[in-house]
Amino acid sequence: MDISLLTVLFIFTGAALAGLLGSLVGLGGGILIVPMLTLLFGLPIQYAIGASIIAVIATSSGAAAAYVRDHLTNIRIGMFLELATTTGAISGAFLAGLVAPALLGIIFGIILLISAVPLVCKIGEELPRGVINDRLANTLALASSYPDHRLKQEVPYQVTRTPLGFVMMYVAGLISGLLGIGSGTLKVLAMDTVMRLPLKVSTTTSNLMIGVTAAASAGIYFARGDVLPLVAAPVALGILLGALVGARLLQRMSNKALRILFVPVLVVVAFEMILKGMGIG
Amino acid sequence: MQMQDSTTHPQSNATARHANKIDISAIIGGVLQGGVLLSAAIIVAGVLLALLKGTLASSQLHSFPQSFGQIWAGLLMLQPQAIIMLGVLLLIATPVLRVAISILAFALEQDMKFVLITSAVLIILLVGFLLGKGGA
Repeated sequence: MDISLLTVLFIFTGAALAGLLGSLVGLGGGILIVPMLTLLFGLPIQYAIGASIIAVIATSSGAAAAYVRDHLTNIRIGMFLELATTTGAISGAFLAGLVAPALLGIIFGIILLISAVPLVCKIGEELPRGVINDRLANTLALASSYPDHRLKQEVPYQVTRTPLGFVMMYVAGLISGLLGIGSGTLKVLAMDTVMRLPLKVSTTTSNLMIGVTAAASAGIYFARGDVLPLVAAPVALGILLGALVGARLLQRMSNKALRILFVPVLVVVAFEMILKGMGIG
Repeated sequence: MQMQDSTTHPQSNATARHANKIDISAIIGGVLQGGVLLSAAIIVAGVLLALLKGTLASSQLHSFPQSFGQIWAGLLMLQPQAIIMLGVLLLIATPVLRVAISILAFALEQDMKFVLITSAVLIILLVGFLLGKGGA
């Protein structure tokens, strides 16, 4: 397959859109990159996945640079939960030979769909209320505050059900190790629904974490020769541009608007998992 | 802009953190930004070189440097695809570097709990790499 300048420009534009969306909702944009490369450009799936791993890392680092500096990301929560996601992913990689990933894809797709229900119920919520630190959150000093440019105030928040959130993050890592997708979505869910963080803090902290998740598996894809430079270049550059724009946009968005954006994305990821499990797509 | 008085916060750690002179966020943000900008610049250089050489249109998608040795050899010959791969590798390394730098940042803040937590994350990441199992 030859690659023309036009193809490169198309991939760049698509990647910029994926970077924009991914940087806002805290996932890697793989849900856009993989279908775009396989369906529109007829790239074999393994190269599309190789490119999407690069996309996740670019989304993460590109947007996180801004989010971390603006104190939106909770670095302590991110670091602590990375303990769970990294161990989860390694266990997932080991389990991959023992369990049927197809069945798991279907099961977790359905779980994701069910988890959309409480999100829909919370659709009008701007900030979580009445959240009180649990013991672990106190020990690790996880509570913090973030500057909300939309609300024009510093928003203090506390963190609850940290142990349950940790377990869910382990599962998120396990799933990404087994299936290679959906880890950003589960991370946002664990922080939003379980630990009750403000949504902007959840998506930006997930955004920071997915880079580490993807970097570890990127080595494998790279060694296998799945990362094509002429595809990776426009993907990485487009994503970085989109993520930079997204990072600026998030500041002006309300948590409500962000939630309205997140729910359909979650549903699409859920269906993609189920379809993957059934051997379609 | 109405900033709430931090003393009215139910929790005190945010206040304590802001009072601290070392800004971990600035350090980590800087590492991420530096890594991203440098790798983007290298990738752009590779793409421009491919355009200049006129090799983009004729490039075979599936013949490209794959191993570190091939990339190194390609770099010495200023092969566009090898230059792009160097940028991509740097991009992959950025989050791992971020974890490593965080250990130092927490150490400077004398937060031993998080020095331990972050070190453990880095060790798990490296073990993952060595096992070649992907993951994390």
